[in-house]
Amino acid sequence: MIAELGHFALILALLTALAQGVLPLIGAHKERGDLMAFGGRTAMISFILIGLSFAALTWAFFTSDFSVQLAAKHSHSAKPFIYKISGVWGNHEGSILLWTLMLGLYGAMVPVFGKALPASLKARALAVQGLLTFGFLAFILFTSNPFERLNPVPLDGQGLNPLLQDPGLAIHPPLLYMGYVGFSVPFSFSVAALLEGRVDAQWARWLRPWVLTAWSFLTLGITMGSIWAYYELGWGGWWMWDPVENVSFMPWLAGTALLHSILVLGTRHQLATWTVLLGISAFSLSLIGTFVVRSGVLVSVHAFAVDPARGVFILALLMAATGGALTLYALRAKTLEGAKGYALISRQGGLVLNNLLLMTATATVFLGTFYPLFMDALTGEKITVAKPYFDLAFAPIMMLLIIFMGAAPLLKWSGDSLSSLKGFACKAALPILLIIIATAIWGKSVLGGLGFALAFYLAAGTIAAFAKRSQGFQRWRGLPAGTYGFVLAHFGMAVFTAGVTAMSIWASDDIGRLKTGQSLTLGAYEFTLQSAAPSARENYQYLGAKIAITHKGKDLTTLQSEQRFYPVRNMVTTEAGFRFSPAVTVFAAIGEGDPQKGYIVRANIHPFVTWIWFGALLMALAGFVSLCDKRLRFGSHEAQP
Amino acid sequence: MIRALIPLLVFLGLGAFFAVGLTKDPSQLPSELINRPVPAFSLTELQDEQTVLDESLFAGRVSVLNVFGSWCTACLAEHPVLMGAAARKQAVMIGMDWRDSRKDGQAWLRAHGNPYSQIIFDEASQLAIKLGVTGAPESFIIDKSGHIRYKHTGIITHEDWAQRLHPLIERLKAE
Repeated sequence: MIAELGHFALILALLTALAQGVLPLIGAHKERGDLMAFGGRTAMISFILIGLSFAALTWAFFTSDFSVQLAAKHSHSAKPFIYKISGVWGNHEGSILLWTLMLGLYGAMVPVFGKALPASLKARALAVQGLLTFGFLAFILFTSNPFERLNPVPLDGQGLNPLLQDPGLAIHPPLLYMGYVGFSVPFSFSVAALLEGRVDAQWARWLRPWVLTAWSFLTLGITMGSIWAYYELGWGGWWMWDPVENVSFMPWLAGTALLHSILVLGTRHQLATWTVLLGISAFSLSLIGTFVVRSGVLVSVHAFAVDPARGVFILALLMAATGGALTLYALRAKTLEGAKGYALISRQGGLVLNNLLLMTATATVFLGTFYPLFMDALTGEKITVAKPYFDLAFAPIMMLLIIFMGAAPLLKWSGDSLSSLKGFACKAALPILLIIIATAIWGKSVLGGLGFALAFYLAAGTIAAFAKRSQGFQRWRGLPAGTYGFVLAHFGMAVFTAGVTAMSIWASDDIGRLKTGQSLTLGAYEFTLQSAAPSARENYQYLGAKIAITHKGKDLTTLQSEQRFYPVRNMVTTEAGFRFSPAVTVFAAIGEGDPQKGYIVRANIHPFVTWIWFGALLMALAGFVSLCDKRLRFGSHEAQP
Repeated sequence: MIRALIPLLVFLGLGAFFAVGLTKDPSQLPSELINRPVPAFSLTELQDEQTVLDESLFAGRVSVLNVFGSWCTACLAEHPVLMGAAARKQAVMIGMDWRDSRKDGQAWLRAHGNPYSQIIFDEASQLAIKLGVTGAPESFIIDKSGHIRYKHTGIITHEDWAQRLHPLIERLKAE
């Protein structure tokens, strides 16, 4: 009964979203306030309806109602409570419902925070948001109904994929979707601006908090995904350049560009058409990501069950949304005039370069991700593009970007000259040289030295810019929140760069067969297998091992690793034991074996890997800090200069 | 106007590729190891812990290396095809029991039948990682000189075997 109510709520939401997509648009066109007012109300109602539907599905999982097919396939009565809940979005149907729920949430938040928005802009933006929601609701109802019943009802469910039974999964997709879907607001506002034929600094300031919100959640989501993949999959990597990772990274890159171009539009009233184009691109890349994951056009470890009908539907959705928006752009871009001209050597010039580099980076990732698809379509040839391409193509762009990132914030908004960087360059040159030499001697790597030097340079440039704005740290308290956000984000990027450098150059691992008492040596570390014994827990059996680690003869830690067997799914997973540390993270994993012949033990040394996530989390935090900026009150008129 | 059209045109081109992409089957990605020798390895035989197998296993004959595991449901789907091919002696089947326990692997073969002449026991993904195995089942066709010539990702259906894999094996035997 509850499932049918959920299904019914979804159908009502579809109709409401259609009304939201049509009525305000007509209202804005005919300048009728009563029709425009529908936008806010329908947005709220459709959000509540989708929410009810999501609650109904969660209820089916929570009560282990296996007459609902989705619950039977992806849940199990013996599953711990939290994974019954996260199981709701651990599958295609449930996760797309979560996606749509968030689309509804953002739609409903626009009128809440945008009371001061011009009525016609708000009506048009809400209408676009409504059409997007309509498209996704139709997708769910016609191709991926989560409320399908199962007859006969099975005695128990098939369980959730054990790899997904992890706290990381419970929060990774919701965060990621908050980011992905958050870019729907800039998209809607960009389309609305094209319809209005007007983009100005005010528009940019309305939009910036939405971009910041989406970007910060996306940063958090990607970081959580990286951490989850690192310790749960135990591949010893923090980023695999897997297609599904890439499609989450592309909206991030475009979103980062948007974040910066909107700053220029908001302060200088420049880059108007470019910003609108980025607003469309960021969400379109999110849609492309959804298309890739759900249609199975690319092979990935993350892919959901592949269904071509779904692919066709999402492709149609993508063509309608992005194709429509870009057609409108082609017709109306000319009407969006911004101020023209800027000096190359200025903060503004730096931001333009930043945008160009970020879009080049996006294109690079795009090409690498879709090259196999292009080749297959053109020649029928099957190829794979692997990590070396991405590392090789992506690293130089990032290096250039960091060089500009370190210096540009030191320049004036417009019309500066390189000589104003002289002071910073003189002070930073010596430490940079020392870092390169020291790393080359002790780390035995020139490339590592360059990476560390870049990280230091970026951190130093960021701190110097902060010093400049706070008049030598004297007035460090009274600055706008946006300034703290900038400092945190760029500093986070410096920390991230140092982590990536160390991981790409000094990470090492080994594998061996050990009997209890035997050990494996990896650099200055010694991994000793202390014990290994089988046992069982809640919904799996396991082989538990204790592995003692010493560093230069001194006891460091004892790690616990498990190899688990989930009988319901017939799957074996490995839980590695980790010792996270700001310096060197070590981890070990136990594999198959027996007491006579010994067990397979994998040992890994990962220097500074935690810096990568710490840096990324700093960036996400920076986004949230920037949201507190008084100049950015969501849609308020106080913001007027 | 012309410049404003560029994004739309690029996007439409992209959409066309996506549309074509939907009609293709991405599961038949080749391995990066195509036309390269089987990587060096040293692993025990599943049925007999004393026997150590290495890459010389593939020398001098055309063979199919099939990745499976007792935990792998999809492997059950292709198992009858492999059993059929082995019974008619169409190819030398080498199994690779991946991420499995020795006991479960043996029990699985007892329960469903054993099409393999030898089985590499790779519980810790030692060879699997070198081969770039992304999931089970996965199969490689290896020629007389021990070079990988073909990779099949996913279940081998009767059609796959009859139309692609078996003809290729016959061709390689004649080389």
